[in-house]
Amino acid sequence: MEPLLIKVIIVIALFVVTLLVALYATFAERKVSAVMQDRVGPNRAGPFGLLQPLADGVKMIMKEELIPALSNKWLFIIGPCIALLTSLMTGAVVPWGGPIKIGDQVITLQVADLNIGILYIFGVVSMGVYGIMIGGWASNNKFSLIGAIRASSQMISYEIAMGLAIIALVMTTGTLSLNEIVLQQDEGWANIVIQPLGFLIFIICAFAETNRAPFDLPECETELVGGYHTEYSSMKLGFYLFAEYINMFISSAVIVCFYFGGYNFPFQHELAELLGLSSNALSIIQTVFMFGKVFFFIFFFMWVRWTIPRFRYDQLMTLGWKVLLPLALANIFVTGLVMWGMGKI
Amino acid sequence: MSITLIIFWFLSFLALLSAAIVVFAKNPVYSVLFLIVTFFAIAGHYLLLSAQFLAAVHIIVYAGAIMVLFLYVIMMLNLNQETEPHKKPLIKFIAVIAAGLLMLTLVAAFKGTEITVITNADPSIGSVETLGKVLFKEFLLPFEVSSILFLAAMVGAVYLSKKDLN
Repeated sequence: MEPLLIKVIIVIALFVVTLLVALYATFAERKVSAVMQDRVGPNRAGPFGLLQPLADGVKMIMKEELIPALSNKWLFIIGPCIALLTSLMTGAVVPWGGPIKIGDQVITLQVADLNIGILYIFGVVSMGVYGIMIGGWASNNKFSLIGAIRASSQMISYEIAMGLAIIALVMTTGTLSLNEIVLQQDEGWANIVIQPLGFLIFIICAFAETNRAPFDLPECETELVGGYHTEYSSMKLGFYLFAEYINMFISSAVIVCFYFGGYNFPFQHELAELLGLSSNALSIIQTVFMFGKVFFFIFFFMWVRWTIPRFRYDQLMTLGWKVLLPLALANIFVTGLVMWGMGKI
Repeated sequence: MSITLIIFWFLSFLALLSAAIVVFAKNPVYSVLFLIVTFFAIAGHYLLLSAQFLAAVHIIVYAGAIMVLFLYVIMMLNLNQETEPHKKPLIKFIAVIAAGLLMLTLVAAFKGTEITVITNADPSIGSVETLGKVLFKEFLLPFEVSSILFLAAMVGAVYLSKKDLN
């Protein structure tokens, strides 16, 4: 097959898988919350309620579409589009499994192996704020505007600590390519052992960047009705909600690649040798492991949401600027000191 | 026409068009949004010059951080067409003269320079590795001095934003 055709197939596959995972993440969220609150959860549509996401999707599309009379019509439409677009773009640099050999062709399960992969992710994430800001402003509603402004200041504040946490990781790995980082973790330890504090800062910032509880101040119902999407209805609202679940999926994948070995699993080469697996079979098992880890982190996101109550806004800012930022700086300093002590720089 | 040339013309057209809209748009929010489009077009030019790091940082810093703050302020102040202050004709006249003088200076500065075309440039010249080595070996002192400048500016901004200056 032609290389371009293979890339197109991988892009489409990633697109479909991302949407499917996000679709069932909404279902999983409701089931997880039900278990935690000792309820049954959705169980009417299909066996165990498995068709519930389809019912929700049909409902979203069929509902009446309202564009507020005094809103800025074009920006009102562009807002949710940007939110969905940026959330779907991040997955392009994530390696989803080892290389697969068909004949003499090697197919990497990754859309683009950029050597600035981390910077690409960071750039796309920093674009994500525009979807919320434009949507919130264009609604011409005070609650929407406050929600949008909260979201943007929150995302900018936590991006700084997130970036500094990544810098410590880049110092130890010495590369900006995600593929390279994953391959390094195959040879040595997973990065969580080397950068435990960096991981903690990164995951807290990931919660803030995806606007998930306990940092879901932008859509705080008790204060802001629906936050930035108060005026949205029908599938435009669906886009915003869906973008959140896609972000959750992709940030879980990024966390796994950065700190938990990506698609690698312990003793994989010993296992392959023991069972006499071909490299293709090993790649498939690796992909399964990758998704297993990602699903665990999606569950972790939900676990935290239904356990920890929402922060107050000043607490959120204090945590971001006065706790995480100094911690991330200290992490960089200590990392540099240890690397110097070990003679690596 | 090669594909690179087509992309170049498209990006140049996009950059100039959106930059013109930034100036002529009545609504300041549109100005900011089209400035972001301009930054993207310029980042595309960086990519064409195989300066990946510069392109990514350009997007992260300008489009991702600074323009968010611009948009933030404009949305908070609720600036729009009606509240736009109307300048007096005299001020407009002075502005045109000043801008014309600036253009004259730029034209005069660029007139004498010879344009050299480098055909066989090293493709890794804009990579993170090359840039990092150049910044931290050849230009270490200016680099560190500029970071002190940033720190001073930051302290100044924090000091100004404090409510009670005892």
